[in-house]
Amino acid sequence: MAITKKQSTALAKQVFEYAPAPEAVDHVKILPRYGLFIGGKMVAAHSKKRFPTINPATEKTLSEVVDADEVDVDRAVKAAGKAFESWARLPASRRARYLFRISRLLQERSRELAVVETMDGGKPIKESRDVDIPLSAAHFFYYGGWADKLEWAFPNRKPTPLGVAGQVIPWNFPLLMLAWKIAPALAAGNTVVLKPAETTPLSAMVFAEVCMQADLPPGVVNIVTGAGRTGSLVVSHPDVKKVAFTGSTEVGKLIQRAIAGTGKRLTLELGGKAANIVFEDAPLDQAVEGIVNGIYFNQGHVCCAGSRLLVQESIAEPLLEKLKRRLSTLRLGDPLDKNTDIGAINSRAQLEKIQGLVESGVEEGAELYQPECVIPERGFWFPPSLFTNVAQSYRIAREEIFGPVLSVLTFRTPNEAVEKANNTPYGLSAGVWTDKGSRILWMAERMRAGVVWANTFNRFDPTSPFGGYKESGFGREGGVHGLLPYVELN
Amino acid sequence: MATALSLTHLGSLMRGVRSVDEVGADERAASLAKRSIKKSSKLWALDLAIRCMDLTTLEGQDTPGKVAALCAKAVRPKPGDATVPPVAAVCVYPLRIADCVAALRGSSVRIASVATAFPSGQSFTSIKVAETEEAVRAGAHEIDMVIDRGAFLSGDYQRVYDEIVAVKEACGEAHLKVILETGELGNYDAVRRASILSMAAGADFIKTSTGKVQPAATLPVALVMMEAIRDFVRETGRPVGFKAAGGIRTAKQAIAYLVITYETLGPEWMTPDRLRLGASTLLNDVLMQIDKERTGAYQSADYFTVD
Amino acid sequence: MDVRKTYKLFVNGEFVRSESGRAYRPDGGQVNVPRGSRKDLRDAVRAARTAFPAWAGRTAMNRGQILYRAAEMLDGRAAQFVELLGGARARRELDQAVETLVWYAGWTDKLPQVTGTVNPVAGPYFNFTIPEPTGVVGIVAPDDAPLLGLVRRVAPALCGGNVVVAMAAESRPLPALTLAEVFATSDLPAGVVNILTGQRKELLPWLASHMDVNAIDVAGCSGEEVKAIEESAAGNVKRVIKLPEGERSPYLIAAFMEMKTVWHPIGV
Repeated sequence: MAITKKQSTALAKQVFEYAPAPEAVDHVKILPRYGLFIGGKMVAAHSKKRFPTINPATEKTLSEVVDADEVDVDRAVKAAGKAFESWARLPASRRARYLFRISRLLQERSRELAVVETMDGGKPIKESRDVDIPLSAAHFFYYGGWADKLEWAFPNRKPTPLGVAGQVIPWNFPLLMLAWKIAPALAAGNTVVLKPAETTPLSAMVFAEVCMQADLPPGVVNIVTGAGRTGSLVVSHPDVKKVAFTGSTEVGKLIQRAIAGTGKRLTLELGGKAANIVFEDAPLDQAVEGIVNGIYFNQGHVCCAGSRLLVQESIAEPLLEKLKRRLSTLRLGDPLDKNTDIGAINSRAQLEKIQGLVESGVEEGAELYQPECVIPERGFWFPPSLFTNVAQSYRIAREEIFGPVLSVLTFRTPNEAVEKANNTPYGLSAGVWTDKGSRILWMAERMRAGVVWANTFNRFDPTSPFGGYKESGFGREGGVHGLLPYVELN
Repeated sequence: MATALSLTHLGSLMRGVRSVDEVGADERAASLAKRSIKKSSKLWALDLAIRCMDLTTLEGQDTPGKVAALCAKAVRPKPGDATVPPVAAVCVYPLRIADCVAALRGSSVRIASVATAFPSGQSFTSIKVAETEEAVRAGAHEIDMVIDRGAFLSGDYQRVYDEIVAVKEACGEAHLKVILETGELGNYDAVRRASILSMAAGADFIKTSTGKVQPAATLPVALVMMEAIRDFVRETGRPVGFKAAGGIRTAKQAIAYLVITYETLGPEWMTPDRLRLGASTLLNDVLMQIDKERTGAYQSADYFTVD
Repeated sequence: MDVRKTYKLFVNGEFVRSESGRAYRPDGGQVNVPRGSRKDLRDAVRAARTAFPAWAGRTAMNRGQILYRAAEMLDGRAAQFVELLGGARARRELDQAVETLVWYAGWTDKLPQVTGTVNPVAGPYFNFTIPEPTGVVGIVAPDDAPLLGLVRRVAPALCGGNVVVAMAAESRPLPALTLAEVFATSDLPAGVVNILTGQRKELLPWLASHMDVNAIDVAGCSGEEVKAIEESAAGNVKRVIKLPEGERSPYLIAAFMEMKTVWHPIGV
């Protein structure tokens, strides 16, 4: 052949590095403006304030949503309160069927939801398509099955619903967090008022359509959009009996304080600063994948992200070499492209927060590595980043960055790994990589964290309880344990 | 090369080879299989798949006539269309080398022959060496040997190693591809171990399978072998090629191997010198895909020659 | 002439005077009871934290044996407690306290079997969830049943492997301090249970705001106290346990527990 090896290499680079494979968006209909979902239909809001929701990859406005006010929230809670009477009395097997129906509808509309999620939030389509949406549907299916079996979940007790649940969710997994909140609440016979995150309200608006398609009785699910103030109106409404919040530890503390003494039940799923610990006998190539999946999945906008890599000193050098090489193959860009690994940062504010913390890391003396990476002109982006020479005391090793930024620390002995891993006010998750079975269990036992991934990372399943120790929150979502926050055990 | 290694040393070295997590490797391979390449690049990728192809026939019923037809296809995969390149090599049994020599004279297509008591490898080393020498003498440019899985699985790594060294020596100028027959090795740990053993013994290529055992080539096995190559190159600086063989029938599969090669070993491996796809029926599907890309219409097998 | 007992705080396995040197006489009686200070509380939490890993790491069987031993010791001092408690219901309260210890002693090695799960995830992973102790637990005993009220909370907390800093009933602290003697002779390691006496108004805010206390049980608190505790608890996202005072169930043990979920791939 006439092609020289050099040409061939160059060609290969072109072909495999730049291969836009955008997901079609023509099947998705986003309305120019949305109302609120109250009492089973989309209604005009009392609040005249609206705000745009933008595509963080393009900075283009996708739609406008309501900044719901006190009157709107009150209406939603009243609607939920009214619906509660009949919903709680409905034969449990009927509640189950509604949940199954919702699950099926989510599956049927999965691609549309994936595209909406990606456009509104910036996450790669491969993640919304393969993780967020299927897991959301699975969650409703799982809890649908529990609705008429609650007495088997709580032996010796009569579980009864609490009433209206006020739920506030974050922007990193909008539909999935909605599912984590709504599915167990409804299964147990509660009704809900949910406030999606300010920057990612659209999949919740599609979900409102799904509720209507499912003929869910009016008021069982109510969705009010807005910013932090709307959220605080939801959680502090006197008729809300149960508050569930996923988000930052800072806001979680505010909520815990705000509802003190009200008798409301509370679950919090807050921040994290997980250690991902790699021992010298680990399967290194899989560990590298696990590290990448641990911190660069969803641009690191993951509360359980493995943001601290603790690597045994004896293999730090080869592991970091592999990791850096792997980072150079990550594709940053159009989230709608099926080949994209790193999508857009969710918002300008979040981008600025990440930038600030990364700057602090450099200032404190850590060494920053970022692979060569073309940053699109518009939109919010941050390249996959890795810090070495990190001390435990640096902000980047202690504070949740919520971005694609990994801090690498080393350890010498298992005890030192345990000590460093647990040396944080957080306790959401931890990762352990080793080939030795007894050490896996020894480590798993010692991690003060709600989820321990051994030789894997960032896996989720509706049957698997999720939630934190310490300042990462309390209560569990998923599994039979995820029902407990939504029932009274009589 | 470390021929001086004693059995105990080699044994403990082999047991010290890093393990592979099966689920993690499977997931990584699956995620790479979801990569798509852009439409305008597809033609280039399909072209590369042909250029890296070892067009293979390994049947007891192979005859001079069958091999002549195969060679014709190898040189000119699409009659009347010179833009479709020849394949990298044909791959045949030793007795059919002579047929290839005649048919391929003047072309760029190389002759690869299996040897060493293919496919089981259950014979005497002396016979394997003799077979290799005969094959090279008959005109083979490349030898595809099988490792002695019996020895490997019984822990006699030294025997496997020594045999590869001996066959490599018998190859002379010919390139040596070492077939691990991964479908018989039991797990990815063993695949990785066999990969490193073969490369240390002098393999120019490591190859997944004979095509006679199921499962043959799979994406995760390819990933594990390529990761072993990557580590070997890092340690020694000597690049080793990779050949997937067995069960690759569609253009889509071929492209998946290209993607996994690119992602794991990088663009330097995207060349016939370092990457081969062994297949008997893959070529026509690739040709059909090329025509589909060119014409925009899905193709029928009736329009592609069966050779 | 009898030899009177000096009542002391129980901190880190030792009977100590309040570092403040203060005392109070509850119920207008003649007995001096130490009026614990925030520094005593700090010492108690530190002792508890130090004792935590080893206690949590004991086998369930061992914790069960120790709780049962505490029941034996309590029953052995029945007469003393009945006298301390006084009144018509004293005997019944003592019996119930013993029964509560025995009941939870039998739970230590069953709790993970009842509240733990193996989760059938949709993938090649083994996934299980087990209860683990939350850590240092603050317990506020109610005044109306100064022995039973305390035992009803301390026993389930210990059962799961937690360590305890308990505040005795302010108006009737003697049964709690005598209970400390029971624990001290039950092979309970030093620091696993710490019992403070004093003014709740003074100590509660320190307990509720202590950053190294993981959970606080408010069975003995008024509504107003609960509100204040919950506000302070937010400082380190403390778990505030609000189950009914009479609760006796694995659900109560579980309230002092964290659920840990572990994933591992299944492959060859």
